[in-house]
Amino acid sequence: MADKKGKYPTEPLKCWDKAKKIREDYYRNYAAAHDKGGLRWAGGAWTFDAIPAGLGDDVYPITSEPYGASCAYDKKFSLRCLEATEKAGYARDLCAYMRNYWGSILLNEFAFGGPFPKPDFLWQDHICCSHAKWYQVVSELEHGIPHYSIDVAVGPESEINPNKIDYIVGQMHDGIEFLEKTTGRKYQDNLLIKAVKNTCRATSTWAKVCELNKTVPAPLDEKSMYSLYVLGTIQKSSQAVADFYEELLKEVQDRVARGIAATPNERCRVMSDTQPPWGFLSVFRYLEKFGTVSIGSLYTFGLIGAWEVAPDGQWVHRKTPMETGVSINDRDKALRVLTEWELHKPEWQHFYSPHLKSEMMIRIAKQWKLDGVMLHYNRGCEGLSLGIAENRLALLKAGFPVMVFEGNMGDEREFDMTRTMSRIDSFMETLGMKKEFD
Amino acid sequence: MKELEVFREWKKNRHEYARDWQKRTGGKVMGYFCTYVPEEILYAAGVLPVRVLGSHEPQNVTEPHIFAMFCPFCRDCLAQGLKGRYKYLDGLMIAQSCLHIRQAYTSWVKHVPVPFSYYLCMPHKVQSKRAYPFLRGELEAFKKAVEKWTGKEISDKALTDAIAVYNENRRLMRELYDLRKAPEPPISGEEAMEITMAQQMTDKKEHNEALRKLLAALPKRKRDRPAGTRLMIIGSEDDDLDFLHMVESLNKEQYPATFVIDEHCTGSRYFWNDVPEDTDKLMAIARRYIERPPCPTKDWEERRRIPHMLKLAKDFGVQGAIVMQQKFCDPHELDTVAIRKELEKKGIKTLFLEFDVTVPIGQFRIRVEAFLETIKQDDLF
Repeated sequence: MADKKGKYPTEPLKCWDKAKKIREDYYRNYAAAHDKGGLRWAGGAWTFDAIPAGLGDDVYPITSEPYGASCAYDKKFSLRCLEATEKAGYARDLCAYMRNYWGSILLNEFAFGGPFPKPDFLWQDHICCSHAKWYQVVSELEHGIPHYSIDVAVGPESEINPNKIDYIVGQMHDGIEFLEKTTGRKYQDNLLIKAVKNTCRATSTWAKVCELNKTVPAPLDEKSMYSLYVLGTIQKSSQAVADFYEELLKEVQDRVARGIAATPNERCRVMSDTQPPWGFLSVFRYLEKFGTVSIGSLYTFGLIGAWEVAPDGQWVHRKTPMETGVSINDRDKALRVLTEWELHKPEWQHFYSPHLKSEMMIRIAKQWKLDGVMLHYNRGCEGLSLGIAENRLALLKAGFPVMVFEGNMGDEREFDMTRTMSRIDSFMETLGMKKEFD
Repeated sequence: MKELEVFREWKKNRHEYARDWQKRTGGKVMGYFCTYVPEEILYAAGVLPVRVLGSHEPQNVTEPHIFAMFCPFCRDCLAQGLKGRYKYLDGLMIAQSCLHIRQAYTSWVKHVPVPFSYYLCMPHKVQSKRAYPFLRGELEAFKKAVEKWTGKEISDKALTDAIAVYNENRRLMRELYDLRKAPEPPISGEEAMEITMAQQMTDKKEHNEALRKLLAALPKRKRDRPAGTRLMIIGSEDDDLDFLHMVESLNKEQYPATFVIDEHCTGSRYFWNDVPEDTDKLMAIARRYIERPPCPTKDWEERRRIPHMLKLAKDFGVQGAIVMQQKFCDPHELDTVAIRKELEKKGIKTLFLEFDVTVPIGQFRIRVEAFLETIKQDDLF
């Protein structure tokens, strides 16, 4: 075994505990919302959470994918959720987050303690076949919670036009009417505008953080990034999340300046793809034994991060409307800005063609200086596994070694840890890496 | 029956038909995925739209392109392209529906390039008033792309004529389906499926002509077996004739059964509603596709598919429903529980079956026989 001291200095993130606290507060506030006369709503990680923010500062969301991932992390609880869902007749090849979430409702158990807190309304977007249907079923399981979903599947960013924007913005305006009618509250445009600005700020700043991982050694590893990007999936429109990402950015900039590495023996850089098997994140620690760091992925960078291609071809954070001088003064403008902003989301592009995703992945592989790619063929998510086999072919053609492992982000019954480790051993061998570090 | 034979021939020799059509008309052939494709626009441009379907044969060519957790239908369709069975296509397109079939399209255009390809953004939220102007805009863009491709302008008159041919086809099909409401329907479910499959692969004028002849001949026809238990087949894409044949060929003394109606996209969902009257032809077409019986991918927030299928079940005197789906079909899996619950509330027993590229006929026979027995027991007691 090599020197344990490592090639590069390393240290824990100073803002780590703050990230944990934001997440804990988020779930606690959701559960306790009614105690303070507030409202609860549920929707997906990609939903336009800035819009219900206009109902007041005491309106608390729960986003379902991160909740499903939290369930999956607790294998025993997850298994009970999955089995409850199957007992109710639902297929076990459906989205694993969705099944964990439904199971939690069926068991009436909240992953963070107590009975499952029933939302007052459902607010979702729809690009994956499961999105709006997920909440159609939730509404049925909860005996008729009002449900509103917005179709955002209008094509890739290269084809955005006024007709497509109008379609989404029109649904948003109708959605605000739905919110007022459902809650009996008067909508506040100033809160919407603030939330839209927070969304742009949070998602652009997260991309800035990920950009810094182009540095060798990488200041962050993907396993740690999972605990950070998640904040953008729970409430990207909140002041707390946008502010936190700015604080994180400063810290990561400082790490780069001082040469602080996430993996002290970094000598091999890879990226993953799609959600990891949440109950088995030790896979990423195993990589470190080979001096390998997973620097992130299109998933961790682009699920919430806002990106654009710079004139020199570099993939960089998207400049916010505030930075480009766009003024947001009324409801319609806020909704239009939000729509255009989100339609550039990297993880929305491959819904129209896997080849768009391959281009982004190859760009990451080149600009983040990768030696190989680990693709998770994720049986738990048809949306992000869409076209993944084509991504593999394209990456290979571009000259990047690819390892494939099959699993499930939220159903431990479909992940074979031993076999995956064995695949990693073989993959590392092909990359010329030896297991040298404890 | 010779009036039925022509549909069987068209379905069986679909590629020969398309190549022959190309030769005799000089027109272009467009392969398409998903029945949300606005065929009227293509037909108005002198293009023959043909739906790409699988061949129900085991294959080994799609594994590098589509992850195995996606439905067998999308893999079977892609296999047809990779095996070169649709080499005659001048174009290939898809209307946005499920993620699964989308992969067949995106892999096909990448690895088997065609001169023209198009992804039409059919909206998902068909229950929103916002879908109408949006789809109209998308249809306008599509019309322009087709005009550029064919080098011909599509006039309002050409659209009106195409709509008339298509509406006539739909009317004749509904007339045919109406005959299945009779206590002893003159056609089987298998035969009806052959007709609807042929409908999606042939020139509608020719299909109309054949339908008229069939409708004239059918009243005199008597089938050689009793209708027996009246079944409905509900589900995702379904062109599995072998399965329907098996069910309708079971021992006619013990298990007589006939499929009298279907609710899937290879069947009634394809033709159930017309393009309405509207001076704005593109808006009329948009209305037709938005208001058609929905695919589950577009059936939210309210469930509108279930009331439609309950009405069909009532109108056609259905006693039992086979709820089938392509394996791994998420949109249908998201409907199945609710569908079975509502049908059973109405006293209609259900049997759920998952279909693959090939179906295990022996196992399915046992399950169907048991299902038919449970329905018969209700009659006894």
